[in-house]
Amino acid sequence: MKLSNKTKVLEQEEMTLAERMYLPAIAGGMLTTLKHFFQKPVTIRYPEQKRYLGPIYRGQHILKKDEQGAERCTACGLCAVACPAEAISMVAEERKKGEEHLYREEKYAKVYEINMLRCIFCGLCEEACPKQAIFLRHDKMVPVFNSRDEVIFGKDKLVENMDDRYLREGWK
Amino acid sequence: MEITSTVFTAKAIYVGVIFAITLGVAAYSTYFERIFAAFFQDRVGPDRAGPMGILQPLADAVKMFMKEDFIPSNASKWLFITGPCLSMFTALMTSAVIPFGDTVDFGNGLRFDLQGIDVNIGILWVFGVVSLGVYGILVGGWASNNKYSLLGAIRAASQNISYELAMGLSIICILMMTGSLSTKAIVEAQQNGHWNILYQPAGFILFIICAFAECNRTPFDLPECETELIGGYHTEYSSMKLGFYLFAEYINMFISGAVMATLYFGGYDYPFYDVVNDAWGTNIANFIGFGALIGKALLFVFVFMWVRWTLPRFRYDQLMNLGWTGLIPIAMFNVVWTGLSILLPTSFNLPSWGSIGVSWIGIPVLIAGLFVYHAVVGGKKKKVALAR
Amino acid sequence: MQYWYFLTALTLISALMVVLSKNPIHSVLYLVFTFFCISGHYVLLNAQFLMAVNIIVYAGAIMVLFLFVIMMLDLRRNAPESKSTLTKIAGVVTGGTLLVIFIAGTKNMSLGEVGNSYNSQTGMVENLGQLLYKGYLLPFELVSILFFVAMVGAVMLGKREAGERNF
Repeated sequence: MKLSNKTKVLEQEEMTLAERMYLPAIAGGMLTTLKHFFQKPVTIRYPEQKRYLGPIYRGQHILKKDEQGAERCTACGLCAVACPAEAISMVAEERKKGEEHLYREEKYAKVYEINMLRCIFCGLCEEACPKQAIFLRHDKMVPVFNSRDEVIFGKDKLVENMDDRYLREGWK
Repeated sequence: MEITSTVFTAKAIYVGVIFAITLGVAAYSTYFERIFAAFFQDRVGPDRAGPMGILQPLADAVKMFMKEDFIPSNASKWLFITGPCLSMFTALMTSAVIPFGDTVDFGNGLRFDLQGIDVNIGILWVFGVVSLGVYGILVGGWASNNKYSLLGAIRAASQNISYELAMGLSIICILMMTGSLSTKAIVEAQQNGHWNILYQPAGFILFIICAFAECNRTPFDLPECETELIGGYHTEYSSMKLGFYLFAEYINMFISGAVMATLYFGGYDYPFYDVVNDAWGTNIANFIGFGALIGKALLFVFVFMWVRWTLPRFRYDQLMNLGWTGLIPIAMFNVVWTGLSILLPTSFNLPSWGSIGVSWIGIPVLIAGLFVYHAVVGGKKKKVALAR
Repeated sequence: MQYWYFLTALTLISALMVVLSKNPIHSVLYLVFTFFCISGHYVLLNAQFLMAVNIIVYAGAIMVLFLFVIMMLDLRRNAPESKSTLTKIAGVVTGGTLLVIFIAGTKNMSLGEVGNSYNSQTGMVENLGQLLYKGYLLPFELVSILFFVAMVGAVMLGKREAGERNF
């Protein structure tokens, strides 16, 4: 039964006697593999040797600070809205007097949590952020976790360390 | 009486050494198989256990012994255990008649052959033991009480029987040239560079193809064809019983390499034997010969691996077709042509290279004959549908 | 001599086990073992060639095929339970007759003295070859032609018919 007229019977020439002797073809194949035998392996020995992942690789999240060391995040919640995996949650808090050097805007995230089991590293949070506060860094992957307690990353793990600032190529 | 016991001790030591070499080579074949596989595929291979991973076989052995030794509930228990033992036993038995080296002189009139035993049916012994090798697979596969194991075992049996014929016919050519069944005599006839490969190119190709089939190696490893039979005859095996099967395969590889070196590559003969003999004496020269044979056998093990990582597996009907309608007729032609290459030079007083010439002409003659036959009988080419 | 007794005992036991074991696979394996014992007897007679050929042909090829077929057919489960009275009687009569013939045959048998006329080299390949290719050339060649025909027949059976698809 033909479902459509698109079917096409593929045909192949029957092998000639010269082809059916196989041995020349086998010798050719063995030469090919022998050539590879002497080639340099392409393996990257992972734990010791790491591959450069490119300038736009989406690794672990980071909450940026500005030049003065104040957190950029204003807890607007756009990243949590944008997140397709619903991995981000936050609790907002109003900035008090005297905290201007800590938080750039009048409102800041008291709690900012990302569930790394839910996160799919799509980078939509980065795109949604109006304050350029959250980024997926290209040089560091989320470390392997051994228990479920380590899965939710709070601000202690996410906020940028001023001694070791994260800079992307082309930012400066 | 004293001499007899000395000879006995020497033989015992020799057997122990051969045993150790065989097992050592088999153990390290597993490692080199993986390393070579990696090299052929531009990878690195196992390199974690010890420097360059050379302790990998040890780690594998420990793993094998630690695994649960499982016997299926409805399996025939004794036969299930007998299977791998038989495989190992037959794999190790062959080396008894292979001459690993020439005679070593210990002084005091004590001369000692580097060979297990020189029976005058040497090559038939090899052939017989090889034909028994299939029992291990057959018994193990049946005793597992598993359809896949059984199918693998049956495949192994029919494959071994089919390829034994062509193998026997290619051995017959060697026997015709040497006039003896003794492996020692066959090797001695090849000394000083008169290696049988020069006289028997077609026979060697036939023999190595059959050796692949007898060892159940790719491209003839249908008994353990994973895509069709899970694991083939050793589907139900675990722990060291599985280890025995795998080990037996590697031992078979090494031994068949040694047999091929004995039959076609001059055994323990090597170039510049005379120079070494003059410089350091016969004993050293003969020990180097021992090394030469091991080296040749290892080279064949490499070829086995090389082919394994180059060629895909045959389909079962292709395998049978090749064996029965391809190799056996060619082997028969080779027998006849060998007779010609022995008779012609003697009847026409050709020089010594005449025999070599006649043997090599056999290959183009065979190919030409095939083309003529194909042109006359084959008919016109037809197209084959790939899919329908 | 003690080797002979040992081997003979083994041969007889395994031959009996061929008949007595319920499972046909076990029977075949015992039969293979029996062939080994017989090969051992050949070795005791210094007939190495016969020993090798016995192992190659019988143990290595024919019994493998037997095993192969029995495994394929799986006789374990649906073994024909032919235990009607008639077959029992027929079996007893046949076996009894055979026993009587054996006894009658061996009763007056004398184990002649082998003595010095026995040549230990008779069973060696060279002598066997000389005998076959000189004394019995015609029958030998006829047998080889028979085998050749059988082999060609096997190849012909193995060849696929035009248009036949086996896979």
